Amino acid sequence: MSRRAVITGIGVRTPGGSGTKEFWDLLTSGRTATRPITFFDASPFRSRIAGEADFDPVSEGFTPREIRRMDRATQFAVACTRDAVADSGLDFASLDPSRVAVALGSAVASATSLENEYLVMSDAGRDWLVDPGHLSPYMFDYLSPGVMPAEIAWEVGAEGPVTMISDGCTSGLDAVGHGVQLIREGSADTVLAGAADTPVSPIVVACFDAIKATTPRNDEPATASRPFDGTRNGFVLAEGAAMFVLEEYERARARGAQIYAEVGGYATRSNAYHMTGLKKDGRELAEAIRAALDEARLDRGAVDYVNAHGSGTKQNDRHETAAFKRSLGEHAYAVPISSIKSMVGHSLGAIGSIEIAASVLAIRHNVVPPTANLSTPDPECDLDYVPRTARQQRVSTVLTVGSGFGGFQSAMVLHAPRGAAV
Amino acid sequence: MSAVRAVVTGLGVAAPNGLGAETYWKALLTGQSGIGPLSRFDTSGYPARLAGEIREFDAARHLPDRLLPQTDVSTRYAIAAADWALADAGIGDESDIADYDMGVVTSTAQGGFDFTHREFRKLWRQGPRFVSVYESFAWFYAVNTGQISIRNGMRGPSAALVGEQAGGLDAVGHARRTVRRGTRLVVSGGVDSAFDPWGWSAQLAGGLVSQATDPERAYLPFDAAACGYVPGEGGALLVVEDAVSARERGAAQVYGEIAGYAATFDPAPGSGRPPGLRGAAERAIADAGLEPGDIGAVFADAAGVPALDAAEARALRGIFGSRGVPVTAPKALTGRMYAGGGPADVAAALLALRDQVVPATARTASVPESYGLDLVVGEPRSIRTAAVLVLARGRHGFNAAVVLTTA
Repeated sequence: MSRRAVITGIGVRTPGGSGTKEFWDLLTSGRTATRPITFFDASPFRSRIAGEADFDPVSEGFTPREIRRMDRATQFAVACTRDAVADSGLDFASLDPSRVAVALGSAVASATSLENEYLVMSDAGRDWLVDPGHLSPYMFDYLSPGVMPAEIAWEVGAEGPVTMISDGCTSGLDAVGHGVQLIREGSADTVLAGAADTPVSPIVVACFDAIKATTPRNDEPATASRPFDGTRNGFVLAEGAAMFVLEEYERARARGAQIYAEVGGYATRSNAYHMTGLKKDGRELAEAIRAALDEARLDRGAVDYVNAHGSGTKQNDRHETAAFKRSLGEHAYAVPISSIKSMVGHSLGAIGSIEIAASVLAIRHNVVPPTANLSTPDPECDLDYVPRTARQQRVSTVLTVGSGFGGFQSAMVLHAPRGAAV
Repeated sequence: MSAVRAVVTGLGVAAPNGLGAETYWKALLTGQSGIGPLSRFDTSGYPARLAGEIREFDAARHLPDRLLPQTDVSTRYAIAAADWALADAGIGDESDIADYDMGVVTSTAQGGFDFTHREFRKLWRQGPRFVSVYESFAWFYAVNTGQISIRNGMRGPSAALVGEQAGGLDAVGHARRTVRRGTRLVVSGGVDSAFDPWGWSAQLAGGLVSQATDPERAYLPFDAAACGYVPGEGGALLVVEDAVSARERGAAQVYGEIAGYAATFDPAPGSGRPPGLRGAAERAIADAGLEPGDIGAVFADAAGVPALDAAEARALRGIFGSRGVPVTAPKALTGRMYAGGGPADVAAALLALRDQVVPATARTASVPESYGLDLVVGEPRSIRTAAVLVLARGRHGFNAAVVLTTA
């Protein structure tokens, strides 16, 4: 008998969304949470806009010791973990710790802390201070960020497989996909899966400036992220996190858990083309979509909503549109497709998990979130991207996809729990 | 459980004491060490100055010019080691395996750190316009997976995992999972290097690096005089294949099967519960369908830190009984290569199965009686076995175990 994985708890932190309800209210209102960078003086940079979260570790309940110990990205992940655990109603203390696993995604992990330490060690870039005594005792953990999933494991008492998935911008999708595999193959019954990234720091902004991947639309911060729009010219860097409690279906059912959705299928492929570039044809992403639908044993016509990667770069949105046509055929023209990056920006490795949260909430509420800031048609992006206004409609199956540097192309199919009232 | 068997058909090693699997293996058997004074920068102001450094790698010889400006030193090792592993497995341009049937799963603990240090410096000394167009990907943890995938046209399921020193074995375990789920071939392993001043300082900040000054005495796993570990650089990439597919294409050789794998995590500090290494090893052995008595040798994690060595010895005693199995730590000759360490040990373990000989734990001489370890010291030891166990632990509680068997 094959084991199935379901989502029974959600925790989210995004720009404009300090919890699941606020996050969903933002998405369905079509408001945006991108703004001029306030975390540092961004004046020397090409792109000076970001999706910053108003995250306060003290009001989040972290102790002074935890605040000292945990990097900002780790704090995000732990805050989401606490929410997801509470939301699941699962008593983790009653579980066999060896059957609990963690799969945490992050693209740049402790980048912010690394940069802070660099400034200390280099006297703000002037001179290298050789004495390692200047370094934070946590510097090793910023270099090698295994501590991030470790903190999640300690939080929930996980003693099964614990790992960090770092596949660039598909990390958040791939980490949840990894967790699902652990449950299906029998390596764990319960998994804390999700992702966190807090990359709004000078070095990361400079990385994307250098290749003009982020938008220079600095005078219009609230409408700067324009997926699928004819005037789009780059993504808006953001921070955020989402964590889920994944459970083996029979166990979740037996305890009477609220089941948000089942992860029906997941697949990933690589384009083997370029570390940052995309071909126009969308071939590998289309193959990942096909394989994910196959695994879910669903026909492409069953997809009610596509949660797009929709980063707002010229090449991505074109590539992705081609992939949808290639994999979904005529249905690509009928199914609503939207990008929440238009509202919360692109939080690198975290966004895949945040988009899973949006997909699951779309199923729960039977609402499709819109693509904000979409008003100028692009002949190369000629599908229904749900411009500006959310739609009330039946949503029982969602396809969510991601595409990232390194060539990663991932797809996941989520559907309402089978047998449940729709 | 699964009918699909994952076997290793190609080895590529870049280690401080040898480039290429056979050179590395010979160095292990003859006790040739790669540990010496770190030469990449002036280390005179640092409390630790010894490292397992790769000294004879000429990147321009192994990589096309185009890749040089866009790669960190660690990625250069990874690309070259993958090339060697594929050549060893007899997979060339004329290979008829479909692009979606080949994946890449790697681990790194440190990313492209030397590269990123230079870019941090440019940013803060000169300004954002001076940051390299390659920084966005030369730094991140997925870089080696991406570069190997592109270089070899591999479009199948791929991933990058991080779990400090245990991550490399997790990658090998995930490669097996990927093969079992239907991908014919996966290039898998790990590589690390962070021998720039910042990376070095960060490793020292971890507090476990040996400050000894004698290269012969600096990293002595399981010795009464153990005083920390020596950081190394490099690692290994392996070609992991579906056994049936490998046979059908007439693979040059099969080094062995990845018969068992398991990972656990230690309980939270202060919980009073026992650490998870023993559980990982026992589950990996059971996963291989074996009993502890079937294991003919153990390639240990070998932290070189007394408390951690004692904990590993306790785990091994618990599984095998006192002095119940030959244990070795060839990484004493390379230093700890983080994500590269586990895969290099897997390569060594497969060659040990092939040649039925276990290399010695090079400089360790005096193992505390209380450890109850049958540590292979002094000279290599002949074995007669069809199964070996490889262990790795990562900082904060990662435990991974792989069981390899003769195919």
